[in-house]
Amino acid sequence: MNVIIVGCGKVGQKIAEQLSGEQEHNITVIDLRAGKVHDLINQYDIMGVVGSGTSLDTLLDAGVKEADLLIAVTGSDELNLLTCLIAKKSGNCETIARVRKPEYSKEIHLFKEDLGLAMIINPEQTAADEIARILRFPSAIQIDTFAKGRVEILKFRVPADSPLDNMAIADISGKLKCDVLVCGVERGDTAFIPGGDFVLKSGDRISIVASPENGSYFFKKIGIKTNKVKDTMIVGGGATAFYLANSLIKTGIKVKIIEQRTDRCEELCRLLPKATVINGDGTDNSVLLEAGLEHAESFVALTNIDEENVLLSLFAKSKSNGKIITKINRIAYDEVINELNLDTTIYPKNIAAEYIVKFVRAKNNSLDSNIETMHLVLDGKAEALEFRITEHSPIAGKKIESLNLKSNIIIACIARDRNIITPRGHDTVKVGDTVIVVTTHRGFEDIEDILE
Amino acid sequence: MNYKIIRYIVGWVLNFEAACLLLPLLCAAVYGEKELIAFALCSLICAVCGAVLTIKKPKNKAMYSKEGYVIVALSWFVISLFGCIPFMLSGAIPRFINALFETVSGFTTTGASILNDVESLPRSVLFWRSFTHWIGGMGVLVFLVAILPLSGGSNLYLIKAESPGPSVNKLVPKVRSTAKILYGFYIMLTVLEVVFLLAGGMSIFDSLTTSFGTAGTGGLGIKNDSIASFTPYSQWVVAAFMMLFGIDFSVYYLLIVKHITGVLRSEEFKVYIGIVLTAIVLLCVNCHSYFSNFGDLLRHTAFQTTSLISTTGYGTVDFDKWPEFSKTILLMLMFSGACAGSTGGGIKVSRLVILFKSIVKEIKIAAMPKSTHKITMNGKTVEHETVRAINVFMMAYLFIAVSSLLLISIDGHGFTTNFTAVIASLNNIGPGFADVGPTKNFAFYSTFSKIVLIFDMLAGRLEIFPMLVLFSPYTWRK
Repeated sequence: MNVIIVGCGKVGQKIAEQLSGEQEHNITVIDLRAGKVHDLINQYDIMGVVGSGTSLDTLLDAGVKEADLLIAVTGSDELNLLTCLIAKKSGNCETIARVRKPEYSKEIHLFKEDLGLAMIINPEQTAADEIARILRFPSAIQIDTFAKGRVEILKFRVPADSPLDNMAIADISGKLKCDVLVCGVERGDTAFIPGGDFVLKSGDRISIVASPENGSYFFKKIGIKTNKVKDTMIVGGGATAFYLANSLIKTGIKVKIIEQRTDRCEELCRLLPKATVINGDGTDNSVLLEAGLEHAESFVALTNIDEENVLLSLFAKSKSNGKIITKINRIAYDEVINELNLDTTIYPKNIAAEYIVKFVRAKNNSLDSNIETMHLVLDGKAEALEFRITEHSPIAGKKIESLNLKSNIIIACIARDRNIITPRGHDTVKVGDTVIVVTTHRGFEDIEDILE
Repeated sequence: MNYKIIRYIVGWVLNFEAACLLLPLLCAAVYGEKELIAFALCSLICAVCGAVLTIKKPKNKAMYSKEGYVIVALSWFVISLFGCIPFMLSGAIPRFINALFETVSGFTTTGASILNDVESLPRSVLFWRSFTHWIGGMGVLVFLVAILPLSGGSNLYLIKAESPGPSVNKLVPKVRSTAKILYGFYIMLTVLEVVFLLAGGMSIFDSLTTSFGTAGTGGLGIKNDSIASFTPYSQWVVAAFMMLFGIDFSVYYLLIVKHITGVLRSEEFKVYIGIVLTAIVLLCVNCHSYFSNFGDLLRHTAFQTTSLISTTGYGTVDFDKWPEFSKTILLMLMFSGACAGSTGGGIKVSRLVILFKSIVKEIKIAAMPKSTHKITMNGKTVEHETVRAINVFMMAYLFIAVSSLLLISIDGHGFTTNFTAVIASLNNIGPGFADVGPTKNFAFYSTFSKIVLIFDMLAGRLEIFPMLVLFSPYTWRK
């Protein structure tokens, strides 16, 4: 697919990185800053045009006439919308725009229909959705859903005294009488797709595939809480905080927001009448303690400064037993941050990029492959792909143990009609099933790619 | 420094050379020449060395600018060293330094020779000599990038270091596809020339070798008098193709995928054509008394013009005997060289255009210090980085030219000879004036001077910086 990315910021870069790794895409980036464009050209196999995305000449240079998709992710909403509009008129491509200002949130549907956008992405909104999902299931670090919500991939850290410590993966279903499958393990900064003889250790971040019911049963068995939090404390009252509070309040979670600027506090007060808004410096310990940090069931650090968020979270961790979530804007130091033993870190820009990559995949699939959904798991080191099995699939009607799979691949789940099957060697894949495959390989397009 | 990736890619360069040597081998087989053994042996040596170097794939494929420059410079040394083996083994050029000079002259598409009597050489050796032009013209690493599954965008560093021009851009988003497109046009144009020459009644061997020399803008002929004994029709064909190979290949791409307006926007292309036409007119006026009819006059002046501006170096007449004004024009053409992104050498028209524009800009600023000016090219602003790189390139170019001149003057030959020898080597042209004129050769220089000229040829082909990076201690510091 020919893809044009306008804006070489963090999101643009992440998308370019993801898509250029897949052979079938031809990517061209556009940015006004020549330095940024050159950095990207030297790093990835893509072409670059220096110029403004709203200039027709620049778009033509970038090949908008032959493009299948244009992604506008500059810092300005209006620029993004205008770029999409011009691209739509001058070429015949689908368009994706990043629109993040909360004041446009009501007009989003209008934009989408009247400007013919294929997708509008709001990084703050998607980050807030992600956080809200985690707060509803605080024991997990990350949750991805498949098969229209009937299957989840849940990531969590194995606690120190857990029964899972020193247990081989093959023994899990026997010893715990639980129908779950471990599809990935991260230890330090390495990720494994484990075999049955892999022995888990405490501190590992493991990802399991299960239906929501089986998942919560499994967590009960290993002694991890599964009920949603009752209240949350948010430091930093930006756009993400607003979206998050809005969605949490709707599900009955009590929200406290600590924000430094008085005018923003008043605005939040007006927008979120049910939230408790505290006007104070979140980095001041006494403010946090006074606001009841020690009894908070969850704590979300959403200030605009990464370092502050990390330190706040570490402090909160020392005072409270609740779920701690940390927002990180800069992606570069994720390995160091993982070492810090923070509960969950959220990278809004990663999430936004992932949404867009998912869309590109899905669109590509409608052309010539059959991936239903795609998620990045194991910290982006692996992909979980959901394939639909058609009569042409080479694995249709075959037993799993008879398949000659590539290394580092696991068939994590089979969804058949309304049933979820955790695949064992003797199970058979049938036409009409969807199967979830977890792999560290990149660029799979079809289920046959999993075979040697 | 990632030594493993350097080793790996240099290994592939040798594998590539082993494959290339099969063509002269085939030629020797067709003509039943005993040189077959020399080519077979050399191909085998390359293949074995290449296999040893490439047997283990490096795990870390990270390649940065530094590795790119080193790989390119090193590859050109290696390919030249191995490429001279057939000349020595076959006994055509027994002395190592002469064989190396001839090979480097071939790969760098210079076309300067140390041979007195070319026609006495076996055909397979002549074939290899011309074929080195074709290999060197578009570049070895560009070819490898097109065929090797080296993933990632870092391949661009290789193309950037090998391809001529102030700023190397991709034609399409993927490096590999870009390299394939370039070679596609290269092969297409070469085949076209062969067809045209065959149509003029030339033998298949002559048309192939001549086309190789034209395509790479090399200039090593298969006759002692270069192209002079060919029919006027063939000379016109060669002249036309020399001009075509001196044009930026992206112009052809634009012509095919977009439309003529894109081509007309290319200032370099317009200036190049302008220079060629002006030079022909001036030469015609100045030399009209040397030829009996207008047809000959036009043909010879057009041929010398395209030959020198494209830095090919074929000749149809001894232009050393032309009047001083004409000779000076030809000397200027040698300096300008062809377009960036072509197979030609020299300073490149686009650099000269940008330099000229910076002079105009400086004048304007001197006249009105607060006025703001931007240098534009093809309707786009030229980045400051590019202008700076061109300025530095010119200084480095001058510095190398002057020091080479100093070093080879130790031999005691005349100034014109030495000066044009350096210019002809550094700009990858071939013939100069006086003792290195179109009917003479470089055999009389001492071994030391030949080494200097070999360096000049390589530096000229790779546009100086890869060679300087390779020899700079800064590169190798940990």
